[in-house]
Amino acid sequence: MTTTTLAVLVPLLPLLGAVAGLAVGRAAPGFVRPLAVLPTLAAAALAVVVAVRQGGNTVIDAATELTPTGSVPISLGLHIDGFAALVAVLVGVVASCVQIYSTGYLREDPRYPSYAALVSLFTAAMLLVVYSGDLMVLLVGWEVMGICSYFLVGHYWETPEARSASLKAFLVTKLGDVPFLFGLFALATDAGTFRIDGILSTVASGGLDHPTVVALLLLAGVAGKSAQFPLHTWLPDAMAGPTPVSALIHAATMVAAGIYFVARLLPVFAASAAAMTVLAVMAAITMVGSALAALAQDDIKRVLAYSTIGQLGYMAGALAVGDRGAAVFHLLSHAAFKALLFLAAGAVIHAAGTNSLTAMSRMSGLAKRIPDAYWTMTVALLALAAIPPFAGFFSKEAVLVAAEHTALGDRSPAPAGAGWTVLVAGLLTALLTAAYALRLWLRTFRGRGAEAPDHGRQPIAMTAVLWVLAVPSLGFGLSAALLDDWFDGEALTPTLTTAVLGTGLAVAGGAVTYAVWRTLAARAVPLAGIPHVPHPDADAGLVEAEALRLPHPAEDPADPGRALLGPLHGPAADGFHLDALYRKAFVRPVLAAASLVRFLDREVVDTYVRGAAGTAKGLGWLVRRAQTGNVQTYLSALLAGSVVLAIAAVAVANAFAGA
Amino acid sequence: MILAAAQTNPGFLSPSGVGVAFLLVGLVTLGAAIVSVTTKQLVHAALWLVVALGGLAVEYLLLTAEFIAWVQVLIYVGSVVVLLLFGLMLTKAPIGRSPDADSANRPVALAVALAAAAALVWVVVDAFSTTWIKLDGPAQGSTGVTGEILFRHWVLPFEALSVLLLAALVGAIVLSRKKPEGERD
Amino acid sequence: MHLAYPAVLAALLFCVGLYGVLARRNAILVLMSVELMLNAVNLNLVAFDVWLRDALHAGQALTLFTIAIAAAEIGIGLAIVLMVHRNRGTSDVDRLRDTAEPRQGAGAPDESTDSTGEHPGEKAEAAA
Repeated sequence: MTTTTLAVLVPLLPLLGAVAGLAVGRAAPGFVRPLAVLPTLAAAALAVVVAVRQGGNTVIDAATELTPTGSVPISLGLHIDGFAALVAVLVGVVASCVQIYSTGYLREDPRYPSYAALVSLFTAAMLLVVYSGDLMVLLVGWEVMGICSYFLVGHYWETPEARSASLKAFLVTKLGDVPFLFGLFALATDAGTFRIDGILSTVASGGLDHPTVVALLLLAGVAGKSAQFPLHTWLPDAMAGPTPVSALIHAATMVAAGIYFVARLLPVFAASAAAMTVLAVMAAITMVGSALAALAQDDIKRVLAYSTIGQLGYMAGALAVGDRGAAVFHLLSHAAFKALLFLAAGAVIHAAGTNSLTAMSRMSGLAKRIPDAYWTMTVALLALAAIPPFAGFFSKEAVLVAAEHTALGDRSPAPAGAGWTVLVAGLLTALLTAAYALRLWLRTFRGRGAEAPDHGRQPIAMTAVLWVLAVPSLGFGLSAALLDDWFDGEALTPTLTTAVLGTGLAVAGGAVTYAVWRTLAARAVPLAGIPHVPHPDADAGLVEAEALRLPHPAEDPADPGRALLGPLHGPAADGFHLDALYRKAFVRPVLAAASLVRFLDREVVDTYVRGAAGTAKGLGWLVRRAQTGNVQTYLSALLAGSVVLAIAAVAVANAFAGA
Repeated sequence: MILAAAQTNPGFLSPSGVGVAFLLVGLVTLGAAIVSVTTKQLVHAALWLVVALGGLAVEYLLLTAEFIAWVQVLIYVGSVVVLLLFGLMLTKAPIGRSPDADSANRPVALAVALAAAAALVWVVVDAFSTTWIKLDGPAQGSTGVTGEILFRHWVLPFEALSVLLLAALVGAIVLSRKKPEGERD
Repeated sequence: MHLAYPAVLAALLFCVGLYGVLARRNAILVLMSVELMLNAVNLNLVAFDVWLRDALHAGQALTLFTIAIAAAEIGIGLAIVLMVHRNRGTSDVDRLRDTAEPRQGAGAPDESTDSTGEHPGEKAEAAA
């Protein structure tokens, strides 16, 4: 088979798996697991084959036009360069891991068939976005992801949190998607085509008429999908979904799509210095703000969610300084360790029976109960904190190096101010990242108090996947030197200055956190009354669904995050009150407008409707009164009418005769 | 006819002898008819109807339609009124004054009738105020003439009418036949 | 003779019959009034036939036919009246009101034979 055929099969296989899974889900439950896992695995394998054949330097571009579509043609196109090949491999691998993990995690879930099919569909949509060479086809995948995320986040729809979270995820991303659609149309109108290579060549020849408008419109969609400030609020709430879904959304698919899209169309954005500056500021605010918020969260998954937002900020920062190689490099390594973190967190929640860090800090021996999750999570947290030689160190260094080069004016595509913004914010975030990573680790695995309950070993499907993902978290960064050829050819290896600065700050952050923790832990008073799930021995998915409903314990004075943040803790724990602000600024007016419309409909429009009905009814009543049944009355009316008509006819005839 | 009207133009207020007779008999007929539709005594109404129909027969005679006049007397006065009297008897109509002979619709009926009368009289007078009937010459409705036209020109309708009468006969018998007990129509 | 005499007499007789048809309560009296109306028409026919000197004497022929038809009509009409009287015990025109719109919830039980069919429709309307 040609490489093109293989590449077409990559998104197609999970799609067919999803359709088949939905079709046979109820009738043949035995086929659901193979149908979920095998197509995704096959797609991952094919993606690897495509990447190997593509080799990183030859761009595969194939397109077929199904039907003429007016002024701007839409074609089914493939555009596979080094970025696409590698990201597709990543998506395939992570999706396979998630599917395998889910077979253990949602073992007894009655809605597993539809869940697995939606995950497959989600994967197919992301692969379509990755491989697509046409913006309209890309948009199809983009929107399918949006609706899949709605369904998957709302998997536990019995809980009100999950319901509102799924709605919020859908609405907030849609809010970005509307300008995104306009941006796509504006771009296609300027370039005269939806094909990515056509657009890139137009940009290269300077044929773009409104680069700033187009770039800013597209950025809105990217901010929505990739959870950048100010449209990031859906991501922490999306934790109400099952943990594997969080892993999938955060690592490989949904949030990666925005970064990947900008990376693909970077020349369009680079054509506008204003857009690059906006992107840099957006990235900086996102990074620092989310790191502060992560330090204050009590829910383990929310910590990870804010960390995802921060890491996406790094990627956006790399794009803002014009280095898409660094951005996608960080995307790949982040996907590996963030998927690992989420899947391990799922195991932790299952073992601890709660998702609250405070509750976990009052349990001892959690690490002994789940050694696989413990060790792999340690690796992943080290990668997150960018400690050498883990994967996160190399990719984050690549971002910082790119920012430093731009700041010092070594590179042209982005303004120097953007470089400085990203560099300073990136260094500050490195410090905070190490702090919250260590806090998470200490409070989860170094708790003191009662022994953690023993639920036996985790299913092999869950632990094996953790170790599989631990390998790239550990070693992917070492391949930095090899990856240059796949990307734009710029060096991704760290330089001494940034490496020392970044690592030093990370170590400093970690050291301060540890010191604070030691001090506070010595003084901590063990508190009783830790809330627990009602069925701690049940299926992992069920435990998580029940943990969602648990109240979080009261503020814990032993929390190092609290001591570190000081007065910032309250706002940071609440996401800097952004939700409340949105509620005041958007939700209230919309609700008021809705009630106005309701009033207009009920009281004004319906009055006419009721009036029309009432008039007809009243007239009918009158006419019915006339139906007395007395023939003489009828006849009288008839004859009176005839007489009147006759007189009228004679009068008219006379009038005409007179005239 | 207009020519005839133009030739002989007697004054409107100088009627001929036939005209005076017609007018007087007409007044009697009209009065009898009015009494017939207003009287409270049902049997008297039928008897006043006889007067009205008889008056009409005289009017036919004055219009030289002899055959019609005798047919009128024979059929109307002789059979129709008798039938009506039988009907009154069979429906146990009260003899003497019955205060509820008129329905509640009476004022409306009066209004409609007066309006119709006014309209019709106005139109008729307006149209025929200068028109005269020439009654001299041979009688136009003698039995011979009538028989001739009836069996020369109107044979087919005449025969069709006989079928209609037969059907009416059969219908009347079917309707007035007493049903055996337990059988419903 | 003036043509207006028979014409006006016919018109007035017709209107008297009309009044009788509309005002009389007893069905047989109504039939009598119908006879008056028919006779008014007959008078018109004869008068105009004589005035026009019609060669075919269509007016007189039609008068004969009308008389015959009136006789048939009175026979059938009386038969109907007798049957109604037999079935209902009355021949009053204004008490034969089976086709009246039934008042809500107050339909007379002996008149409800064909008004029952309208009740479901009314209920549906009230529910809507």
